[in-house]
Amino acid sequence: MIKFSAIIIPAIIAIIVLFGLVEKKKVYDLFCEGAKEGIGIAISMFPTLIGIFLAIGMLRNSGTLDFIANIFSPIISKINAPSEIVPLALIKPISGSASMALATDLMTKFGTETRIGMIAATIMGASETTFYVIAVYMGAVKAKKSRGVIIPAILADIASIVTAICIIK
Amino acid sequence: MNFLWPILIIISFIISLLSGNIDNVNNSIFSSVSDVINLTLTLIGNMCLWCGLIKIIQETKLMKIIKKALQPILNWLYPEARSNKKAMENISINMVSNILGIGNAATPAGIKAMQELQEQNTNKEELSNSMLTLIVLNTTSLQLIPTTIIAIRSSLGSAEPTNIIFPIWISTIVGTLVGVTGVKILCNIRKNKNIKK
Repeated sequence: MIKFSAIIIPAIIAIIVLFGLVEKKKVYDLFCEGAKEGIGIAISMFPTLIGIFLAIGMLRNSGTLDFIANIFSPIISKINAPSEIVPLALIKPISGSASMALATDLMTKFGTETRIGMIAATIMGASETTFYVIAVYMGAVKAKKSRGVIIPAILADIASIVTAICIIK
Repeated sequence: MNFLWPILIIISFIISLLSGNIDNVNNSIFSSVSDVINLTLTLIGNMCLWCGLIKIIQETKLMKIIKKALQPILNWLYPEARSNKKAMENISINMVSNILGIGNAATPAGIKAMQELQEQNTNKEELSNSMLTLIVLNTTSLQLIPTTIIAIRSSLGSAEPTNIIFPIWISTIVGTLVGVTGVKILCNIRKNKNIKK
């Protein structure tokens, strides 16, 4: 499986180039033409990213999440779910790198095949970093009104985390 | 964001004062700037690479194959964008990349799709229905093979690193269904409001 995951991206690139060659397109010129657009897109996202990383960095380091986790933990353990998962569930929608570090920590501490280890891995694999996606996509069009897009996104996160806790016994 | 962003900053400031974490918060401000610089550098690289490859896809039959395969589901998800050819192409590439687990390709395609949807958008200040759907689908990200997490499990000595695939599928599918339902309801609420006006 690990070998398969190493094959997938090179194979996709090769297939794309092959299609171009078969249709006798100037693949290299096309590639460079498209790649040029990439710089502009990435640079235009910079201000949005600074804003979002500032707020999330402050939130992560302020102890707010521990504070919320302390409130939630007793409720979570009452419904027969491991309370060790709470901090991960809270940080997953906010920061990709922080949640990855936390999940790796949980898997090392409790073992990859334990209930906590499996739930942590499922939470990591089942969704993207919600706030980051919203910030980047909204930043791309500079729209000011989000129309509450965060509500379905967060509900989806909650649903997939609850599902993970329910199906892994 | 004009609502959420200040709340995050002010709550973080107050709680860090109360919990004595103000040093960490101070450091985080400087590290968040350098984090974004690093992220942007990788982003420029990835964006250029995949925008280049996407251009080749769009000029070949590969684009038609992908579009044809996804047409029914995309027409249902993005009814307003049906006539926007360029946006639909990028949305298709975005969806395929998400399913294959190439997030690096999904983001450039998704952002280009957003920009093309914006051109068609009647109210530039507000996200359109199609944009809402695109954003929510990218936060839930339906993925066939969760490569990153499998790699981590195997590096931690898991006997069966791929055992995680099935729970992840169920969990993502439930999340995606909830997200899509939520976004459809959100679109309808706005529609009704407009009629009343």
